[in-house]
Amino acid sequence: MNLLFFCISRLLQLVPVLLGITIVAFLLLRVMPGDPATLMLGSRGTPEDIAALTSQLGLDRPLWQQYLSFLGDIARGSFGRSIAYKAEIGPLLIARLWPTLALVGLSTVIAVLMTIPLAMYTAVRRNGAVDHAVKFFFVTAMAMPPFWLGVLLVLPLAIAVPIFPVSGYGQDWLDKLHHLALPAFIIALGTAALTIRSLRSSIIAVLGADYVDTARAKGLPERSVLRRHVFRNSLTSTISVLAVHTSWVIGGTVVIETVFGIPGLGSLLVASISARDYPMVQGLTVTFAVLVVVINLLADIAYSIVDPRVSLS
Amino acid sequence: MSAAHNTLAVEHLRVTFGKAPNAATAVDDVSFEIRQGEVFGLVGESGCGKSVTCRSLIQLFGGSRPSAMTGSISFEGRNLAALQPKDLVKVRGSEIAMIFQDPMTALNPTMKVGRQIEEGLRQHEKLSARQAREKAITLLKSVGVMAPERRLDSYPHAFSGGMRQRVLIAIALACRPKLLIADEPTTALDVTVQDQILKLILKLRAEIGMAVLLVTHDLGVVAQTCDRVAVMYAGRIVELATTEQLFAKPSHPYTRALLNALPAHGGRGGRLQPIGGSPPSLAAPPPGCRFHPRCSLAIPACELQQPPLAAIQEGHSAACIRIGEPA
Amino acid sequence: MKLLSQETVRRFKQNRNLQVGLFLLAVIVLTSLFGPSLVPYDPEELDFGNPLLAPTLQHPFGTDDLGRDVLARVVAAGQVDMQVVAVCVLLPFLIGSTIGLVSGYFGGWIDRVIMRFVDILWAFPFYVLVISIVGALGPSTTNIYLAFSLVVWISFARIVRGEVLLARRLEYTLAASVLGYSHARIMLRHILPNVITPAIVFMMADVVLTILGVTSLGFLGLGIQPPTPEWGVMIADGRNFIQDGWWISLFPGLAIVLVGLTFTLIGDGLDDLLRPKA
Repeated sequence: MNLLFFCISRLLQLVPVLLGITIVAFLLLRVMPGDPATLMLGSRGTPEDIAALTSQLGLDRPLWQQYLSFLGDIARGSFGRSIAYKAEIGPLLIARLWPTLALVGLSTVIAVLMTIPLAMYTAVRRNGAVDHAVKFFFVTAMAMPPFWLGVLLVLPLAIAVPIFPVSGYGQDWLDKLHHLALPAFIIALGTAALTIRSLRSSIIAVLGADYVDTARAKGLPERSVLRRHVFRNSLTSTISVLAVHTSWVIGGTVVIETVFGIPGLGSLLVASISARDYPMVQGLTVTFAVLVVVINLLADIAYSIVDPRVSLS
Repeated sequence: MSAAHNTLAVEHLRVTFGKAPNAATAVDDVSFEIRQGEVFGLVGESGCGKSVTCRSLIQLFGGSRPSAMTGSISFEGRNLAALQPKDLVKVRGSEIAMIFQDPMTALNPTMKVGRQIEEGLRQHEKLSARQAREKAITLLKSVGVMAPERRLDSYPHAFSGGMRQRVLIAIALACRPKLLIADEPTTALDVTVQDQILKLILKLRAEIGMAVLLVTHDLGVVAQTCDRVAVMYAGRIVELATTEQLFAKPSHPYTRALLNALPAHGGRGGRLQPIGGSPPSLAAPPPGCRFHPRCSLAIPACELQQPPLAAIQEGHSAACIRIGEPA
Repeated sequence: MKLLSQETVRRFKQNRNLQVGLFLLAVIVLTSLFGPSLVPYDPEELDFGNPLLAPTLQHPFGTDDLGRDVLARVVAAGQVDMQVVAVCVLLPFLIGSTIGLVSGYFGGWIDRVIMRFVDILWAFPFYVLVISIVGALGPSTTNIYLAFSLVVWISFARIVRGEVLLARRLEYTLAASVLGYSHARIMLRHILPNVITPAIVFMMADVVLTILGVTSLGFLGLGIQPPTPEWGVMIADGRNFIQDGWWISLFPGLAIVLVGLTFTLIGDGLDDLLRPKA
């Protein structure tokens, strides 16, 4: 009940941000130097084509009217019409949403699965050989361009020993998971680099807390102390790190989806930019921003579940 | 004085932190016994090693582990210092329990209070969830928390400092330990609450029949609660006595200085006399008697050797070479 | 003066991260400056007689499908990439720090408007905005600079504003305003030196993000255009020859990792050096 109220009030607070997002996405392609219709058609456009496109997109109307009709399109769920696909944008976005969500979700799961044991181990055995090795590996991993890893790892893992498919998305969910595994792992390396670092230092801080001594003084085995008392109290700052980083990951799908030929929002963005399909680009930027907002909301909720001191109002 | 009556006997305990040349010996050759059911006080300024001494008993050092720990700690016929970690874990909470200085930070902020009490019970007494919960309610009632059924499902942030210390006492006493270590249990509390908590500890001691090791820097608390006292200075025990003996005939100059600093005990003219100087560094303690740089009675011989604890009368000893000299 | 106190020198001597990072930075800078004259090949010279040669002493990084020496191209690309990255980091740093300083110092409605705007921009993923802007304007270095400036300043603005809010509560600011100094003087002389450290530390992390961003643009064909050698473009080129010429993609990527590692180490080192630990 409390949680529901919290979610609703947070959603209401989001209204101005969401409106702002639509304004920025709307203006993004209009305040740029040059006329959108000319840019879209490039050197191929004859003056007649440009005039036709201008009126089709309503670019000859005042800015505020254009914005209101854009808002209307969003409210209707159509997001306008794609130039390249010659169809309503909304349904296309929804079809492309799932592969991207699956990729981001899977990579987050992989990152969390790597983070928890490694952060726990390196925090308890800090300054040991494993601690140094993990630190070095992930600092290096953070500097690796995901697209480069994508290009290179295909050689040993998809061509020489065909464990993973080279690219594409697959049919049933198992096949899809198989196709997403390698790109998700590559994204997860970067995420884990940050979360391991954050969780490790939180755990070290919590290990020195008085209540951990209380728990030990009760006679709990060290394993229970770590699991019940240390772990949960270390999570809060790592949740924020993960949420901020997920925004980066969502943007990163643009590149990794293109490398692995995954039919998600990211590869659609690159294709739409190349095709100069501006209404589509506009719809995509709104969608990406809304995804980030939703993820931050989820992180806030997770935060308040983990820490009862954060009031839900 | 026979060993059969001792709950705990510590002999030649020495605890060192860090590696040479920065090694600091926080506890240096400390020996004492705690008898069945008695309240034993450990007194001294902060940093004198009293906290480390009691943490050593169940080897609970928080963030900083000592680099070396020697000596023996016999408790109910076992040497705790030589126990395997897994056997020591069984002693903690069931036979020796501990409460800490700051109740504001000693409870897990993300776990309901009830669960924090039930945890130890389920660990040691293998109670079912329902049995543990009923026992937790009884415990909260016995430490004076109102409406325990309801409070069980609250988080610590809903409790005041005094209430939290009551909860911590309930946690510590859940399995009816034979020894309770209370490390400055009232220091962080309001004066009015301090008194209530001390009275509560004494009341529960009588009910359970446990011994209490009470660490404090406050001689007023000692006078109020303890049967016997050890005074620590710079990692060593400088005086050991019953409470009456200590207040009637304080023998070590440091003890006397502490008593003079006490307002109610009032030195000459009722004035509070602060102790000059500050406690020595444990990494590089002064040679000879460690108190001599601050001692008004120091003579050159004090710098030469560390005085051992010497008996003054039955049950009363002090570590000062000038004891027995004609005053 | 403050930077070179004895304490700082002592802490620098113990700061392995910073030492190694600065050493690697020196290697990168020297290679960019003198590398092209040391490598005996022209990075853009085609040699159809020697395509896809594996690394040998003659061609330590091998040759690409058009017979160009990969080492020469990696070094030449380094000059291009490092220059672009430098501008893409410095511009947002200057813009964002200034806005953050003004926003935090004056507070009130200026602060509310700016921060609302920052919150909104914050919701757009970095890559999405950069790629959309560069894509819309067309690939050129100027447009890359513009895109990064429009997107990244918000991070610096947030950091500096937060620090200014803390600094404003401290006494020296109060004293300065009591003495009747002008806003500009208080901001520049009294507040800025005390708030800029976290922004500088973040700038190092931003170099890592920016090198990944710039090379990603190149990889996608939206950044620096061929035949100018660029690490991301080279990795994309090598992709078609991954089985017969893995070295074409491998070495430019290693160069990116080296740059990233260098600035991560410098950033961690500066953090230890400049931020007093509680």
